Amino acid sequence: MAKTVLLIEDEPNIREAIRFILSREGWNVETHSDGQTAFERTKEVRPDVVILDVMLPNRSGYEILQDLRGFTETETLPILMLTARGQTKDRELAERFGASRFMTKPFSNTEVLESVRELVGS
Amino acid sequence: MIGFNALIIVSVIYVIFLFAIAFFADQQAARGRLGWLQSPIVYTLSLSIYCTAWTFYGAVGYAARSGLEFVTIYLGPTLIMIGWWGIVRKLVRIGRTQRITSIADLISSRFGKSNLLGVLVTLLAVIGSTPYIALQLQSVTLSYAVFANESGTGTEAIDLNSTAFWIAVGLILFTVLFGTRNLDANERHHGVVTAIAFEAVVKLVALLAVGVFVVWGVANGPSDILARIDASPIAEWDLRPGRWAGLIFLSAAAFLSLPRMFQVMVVENADERAVATASWAFPLYLMLMSLFVVPIAVVGLELMPKGANPDLFVLTIPLSMGQDKLALLSFLGGFSSATSMVIVAAIALSTMVSNHIVMPIWLAVTSKGATVSGDVRQVVLIARRCSIAAVLGLGYAYFHYSGGGSALAAIGLISFTGVSQVLPALLGAIFWRRATRHGAALGLIVGFVVWCYTLFLPSIGGATLISPEMLEHGPFGIGWLRPQALFGVVGLDPVIHAVVWSMLLNSLVFCTVSLMTFPNPLERLQGMQFVNVFEHSANARGWSGNAAGAEDLLVMSQRILGPNQAQRLFQTIAQKQGKAGLLPDPSVDFLEQLERELAGSVGAATAHAMVAQITGGASVSVEDLMAVADETAQIMEYSSKLEEKTDELERTARQLGEVNTKLTELSVQKDAFLGQISHELRTPMTSIRAFSEILRDVQDMTPDEQRHHASIIHDEALRLTRLLDDLLDLNVLENGQVALNIEQTNLYDVIERSLAAALSAVESETLSVVRSIDQEQIMIATDGDRLAQVFINLINNARKYCDHAEPKLEVQVCLRENCVEIDFRDNGTGISQADQNLIFEKFSRLTDHHSAGGAGLGLAICREIMTNLKGSIDYLPGQNGAAFRVKLPLK
Amino acid sequence: MNRNRQLPFLEKRNYVRRRAEDAARLLPFLGGILLLLPILRNPIATPEHETGAGVLYVFAVWVMLIVIAARISFALSDRQTDEKGRKPHEKEHE
Repeated sequence: MAKTVLLIEDEPNIREAIRFILSREGWNVETHSDGQTAFERTKEVRPDVVILDVMLPNRSGYEILQDLRGFTETETLPILMLTARGQTKDRELAERFGASRFMTKPFSNTEVLESVRELVGS
Repeated sequence: MIGFNALIIVSVIYVIFLFAIAFFADQQAARGRLGWLQSPIVYTLSLSIYCTAWTFYGAVGYAARSGLEFVTIYLGPTLIMIGWWGIVRKLVRIGRTQRITSIADLISSRFGKSNLLGVLVTLLAVIGSTPYIALQLQSVTLSYAVFANESGTGTEAIDLNSTAFWIAVGLILFTVLFGTRNLDANERHHGVVTAIAFEAVVKLVALLAVGVFVVWGVANGPSDILARIDASPIAEWDLRPGRWAGLIFLSAAAFLSLPRMFQVMVVENADERAVATASWAFPLYLMLMSLFVVPIAVVGLELMPKGANPDLFVLTIPLSMGQDKLALLSFLGGFSSATSMVIVAAIALSTMVSNHIVMPIWLAVTSKGATVSGDVRQVVLIARRCSIAAVLGLGYAYFHYSGGGSALAAIGLISFTGVSQVLPALLGAIFWRRATRHGAALGLIVGFVVWCYTLFLPSIGGATLISPEMLEHGPFGIGWLRPQALFGVVGLDPVIHAVVWSMLLNSLVFCTVSLMTFPNPLERLQGMQFVNVFEHSANARGWSGNAAGAEDLLVMSQRILGPNQAQRLFQTIAQKQGKAGLLPDPSVDFLEQLERELAGSVGAATAHAMVAQITGGASVSVEDLMAVADETAQIMEYSSKLEEKTDELERTARQLGEVNTKLTELSVQKDAFLGQISHELRTPMTSIRAFSEILRDVQDMTPDEQRHHASIIHDEALRLTRLLDDLLDLNVLENGQVALNIEQTNLYDVIERSLAAALSAVESETLSVVRSIDQEQIMIATDGDRLAQVFINLINNARKYCDHAEPKLEVQVCLRENCVEIDFRDNGTGISQADQNLIFEKFSRLTDHHSAGGAGLGLAICREIMTNLKGSIDYLPGQNGAAFRVKLPLK
Repeated sequence: MNRNRQLPFLEKRNYVRRRAEDAARLLPFLGGILLLLPILRNPIATPEHETGAGVLYVFAVWVMLIVIAARISFALSDRQTDEKGRKPHEKEHE
């Protein structure tokens, strides 16, 4: 059974790029642009990996991260954080709130693939 | 015929009566019933101690010998009193505000509290007054002798000396009892003053009674008397101009300078307005006192045998006419004149002696100094009593050893000349600010020496001190130094000669030395307070004795606490006491509070000593106190400077803190901005990188897929360019570096162009635009391209964000007085109130990034453009949709 | 100033008092001159004695001075009470 990746990203082009990369490697990719609906879906779908953007409309990625870590079901869920701001402050925040991995945009496609593979394998 | 013993009994009863009056008055004063005790009439009558036994008995003798000249002795004081507004009023005000206790105190206090001057004036006063006191004893003794002779009792039966002795003892007793009953702060003696006022009435009534008896009893009324005058030897008298003018001046000078006159006129003054009354009432008293002098003299010369003493006509005429009761009244008048003068003189002199000679010595001898304030009062009282005894003892001794002869008769004018030496210093003290203590002291000494040399020693000392040869040829044969013809000026009357030279040299030295020396600070302070007394003192009616103390306290407190704090403190306390102004009554509460305040600055012990010394005694010099205060003030100034520095440092630190906060804020803003920029740049970069990698790495893609991916890269590259363009544009606009191309532009053309640019052919169908083309025909001076940029932005916003099913944009132009308003209104949901404040900020994109297609800099740029065009752009709330108003000025 | 303009009555009273002050300053000089006048009499030119007349002159001047001094004194002591009565009022405006 194919592993599922839940992608939460508001930039449509970036969403399409990540979906394209992961799908070609056999991943089941579900995408969302809104933080709140993504959070609800995560609890239902129980993905293997979540890729989460920081800058989202309505709710920031950090808030969603905190919420996810607050539930026992998603407590240990591997979460990959993406941010375009690239400041050390963001990395620290992400680590504090319990992100499994942190990546700065722009990223190389192989980087994303390997990170997701490692997160699921571990 | 009144027996001598009866006379003694009458005088004793009279004295007991005086005691009763004095006692009653003191009791009334102690109970605070001062009403009539302070009346102008009592004040005026108390001034009558000017008329001593010398004038009571002596005036008639004077008139018998020198005609009308006796009247000069009364004319001088008359001129001073009718001129009260100039001098006496000022003296009284100074005496009250400065708590002056005697004329020596006034001079010493004015010239920097110089004790040397106090001693000088005191010595001069004692030397000048002692023979005068002796004269009073003599006149009373002589009047006793007259009665003794008349009653047949031999002169040998009554020892003149012992009579004088017992009179002196009685006077000492009275003066000590009523003159030093209490050591009042204000040095006023209600009992004594009241008794003296009563005696003044007795004097006047007695002399008037004798006069009336002479004019209507002996002669036949005024016309007869005038005829008798012209027929008498008195008519032979010729007015000597020098003596006439000189004696008027001398009596005026003496009236101001005599210690006893100063005592009643200034020290005992209860109400400044009493001086106004006395200004006419006292001359009236003097006029009445001299009214019948000439008639009595004329009648006496007619009636009495040759060789009879004209000085005693007042007594002998009634006696010879068998008018015993009148004679007795006359005797009491003379007795009153003598005793009142002696009592007041003794009080005045004893105050001076104890304050300026005994107390300084006592303070110097006792190592404790003035810090033991409790003892000082008792010491002062004892010193006063001893001084009274000493002064009267001296007078008696003088009377005893001079033999009571005729030499005493001349003493009046000699004494006047002596005490008048104070006059230049006195007038300088109250009218000349730059007069110095050196000038005053040297002038006094010179005047005193000249007086001694030219008048006192030749008249009093007799041949023992100044030999006849010396009088004739001068000392060591130096002619121009002859005592009664100084500098070769011969032919002057000895008294006038002495008056002219002593006053002239005295004043000359006083002025010259004052001009050549500098006053010390205390002198200057006092000089200002004395000379400008009317500017510095409130016109309080009563004797607010302690106000001066409060002022001293204020001066001292200002030096320690600083003017503002001290004045605030004093004012607060004064208000609590219900007083207007700055000076509270020095009540116990106030002093305690002040001490506490001062203790905060100088320590409790010092504060106590300072307050006690200012309020405690007049004998303590304020100078040391001022020195201490100055030192303290310096220390305080130093520490306050340190405090200032600390304050400054704190201020600087605070400013630094503020700057730091601002910098931190700026840094946060900068970080946020950089974060935004970073985000806006990285986002398209991410897509570009991802898809370019896909195009590079993925082999099995359809051409459509490839084109699609390439077009995404292209779009994102355009987006990046747009972003960079916007950022550069915003930077130029914000820094005001934009080059505007202002020209006359038709608004319609601008809107037309904007719509064409914003609504590309594809999308123009969805957004319908409503315009009012007629209104758009307006020419404005502006940069058409920049204005179009704003319009395009607004039209794009409507196109992107208007969420209505049939989006519609209304462009409305409205011409106002100085401006034109262009409204862009769509029919969408609009912008929530909270977001209305944010939309013009940079990167304030409200909704999803992509749909906007910009970086959220559009409205920020619009605002900057409008600011550059001197117009504005605002969000219009409440328009059923998003609405913006662009305002442009009409030049 | 203002107050005086509103109440010319007060200004006049003020003026009268100023005049009294001036008179008080001048009076002793007048008295001095009048009392010194007798020294101008030349005894040689008028050999006959006039002591009686001299007495009358001196006392006449004396009485006159007393009367004038009394009038000035009343005017000025009235002034003093008024000053006192007005002082606190003026303080309020400081």
